[in-house]
Amino acid sequence: MTAQHTRTHSIDVSSILQGQKNTDQPLEPCIKVENLNLFYAQKQALHGVSMEMPKKKVTAYIGPSGCGKSTLLRCINRMNDLVDNVTIEGRVLLHDENIYDKSVNVAALRRRIGMVFQKPNPFPKSIFENVTYGLRIQGINDKRILEETVENSLRGAALWDEVKDRLNDNALGLSGGQQQRLVIARAIAIEPEVLLLDEPASALDPISTLKIEELINELKEKYTIVIVTHNMQQAARVSDYTAFMYMGELIEMGTTSELFTNPRKKQTEDYITGRYG
Amino acid sequence: MDNSKIGQHISGQFNKELEDVRNKVLTMGGLVEQQIEMAVTAFSTGDMEMAELVIKQDNQVDALEMAIDQECMQILALRQPAAFDLRLLITVIKVINELERVGDMAERIAEMAIQLSSIDSKHDQYYELEHMAELVQEMLHGALDVFARMNIEDVTTITGLDANVDREYGSIIRQLITRMMEDPRNITRMLDVLWIARSLERIGDHACNICEHLIYMVKGEDVRHLTQEELEKKMKA
Repeated sequence: MTAQHTRTHSIDVSSILQGQKNTDQPLEPCIKVENLNLFYAQKQALHGVSMEMPKKKVTAYIGPSGCGKSTLLRCINRMNDLVDNVTIEGRVLLHDENIYDKSVNVAALRRRIGMVFQKPNPFPKSIFENVTYGLRIQGINDKRILEETVENSLRGAALWDEVKDRLNDNALGLSGGQQQRLVIARAIAIEPEVLLLDEPASALDPISTLKIEELINELKEKYTIVIVTHNMQQAARVSDYTAFMYMGELIEMGTTSELFTNPRKKQTEDYITGRYG
Repeated sequence: MDNSKIGQHISGQFNKELEDVRNKVLTMGGLVEQQIEMAVTAFSTGDMEMAELVIKQDNQVDALEMAIDQECMQILALRQPAAFDLRLLITVIKVINELERVGDMAERIAEMAIQLSSIDSKHDQYYELEHMAELVQEMLHGALDVFARMNIEDVTTITGLDANVDREYGSIIRQLITRMMEDPRNITRMLDVLWIARSLERIGDHACNICEHLIYMVKGEDVRHLTQEELEKKMKA
């Protein structure tokens, strides 16, 4: 009786077991960095960095201060162009197109690759005007489109419910966490493909931090995200892939679960477990 | 990977906590080894006081398991360990579970020793059982030694002994069956002896499991449920 019972109702566990091994599937790369060297005047800040960031995944850069992770992030939307005395060698490809090619329009590039910084930097304008700023400089003034964009972007940044009744208030009156989400709303209002986040939660309290992390998890449905963080647990929580950098070199990159449980390189191990290198 | 893995943290407090957990596991291992030793001696000499002591001390093994578990949980919650530290703690949680089961086996052997002594006091005819006990003690000691040194080079030598244990177990069973057939009045006694043999055989299995957990701790590779040949191949790779 029991034997028959188990035979007819045998439980299928194959899907669970399959899910465990699915990590090695080939992914479509969104951004490729190829042998990138960067010099601030004579000082070399990046040494032959090569990596691929998969589409619609979160890639985190970790490493000690001054290891070049922010520099690398800023190479992806050519923010380093604004710094004097910078020389860049190598290529950064966005969908196989070299963003350092002479023909590339940098303003257009930055529309495709949005960026959010450590300190929330809303404009001293209303919440509404902050979100629509990018559209307005593109010449879009249709009220209906603007209103729609504001609602969608603020919803996308998980801020809508908190500010929907005071869209005309000054953005500087928001809390730090709200300001940071507003800045993210502003970045996604122009529908970029890639979001670069440079320490997006380091100036926020733990609850706001969790909200940002939750948001990152939702945003990766639509965007490829690259995040720089000092907080290793944060990298572990939000990212699919993690790259460990040290002294301007990419030491190791892999899936986050692998890198945090069984890193291949001793330097990575020492860093993530908090040991002297 | 070596001993010095622990003891280089920037946070001295974290070092201390990991070192503390490790020492407690080794203490628990020592206690369990002692329990087996005493249980087997109680059986072969008919020393009932010693058997009683083994039964009484099993709650210390249990208490250690719970205390270490608690400590690991606290470190996991408060320190969010990664890489080797994480594997160390996960391994400790599994190893102490195995040790606790080994403790239960020692307790059972002691119980059987007491039962048998009420039937007859001469146990020296179970030479093979004693040899089997020596083998599994050697395995457990080896496994704990691997943990103490965090060196898995010789680990397959330990797991390889399990085949010998199983062989001896089979031969003891055949012997017991023969005696039961010789005289059905032996059956009760032989069943008790069978329990002891079975317990020893299980201790060997637990020692093997501990070795597998330790390979995971050091190499980060899950090697459970492999045959001895597969394991040897993997360790050479």
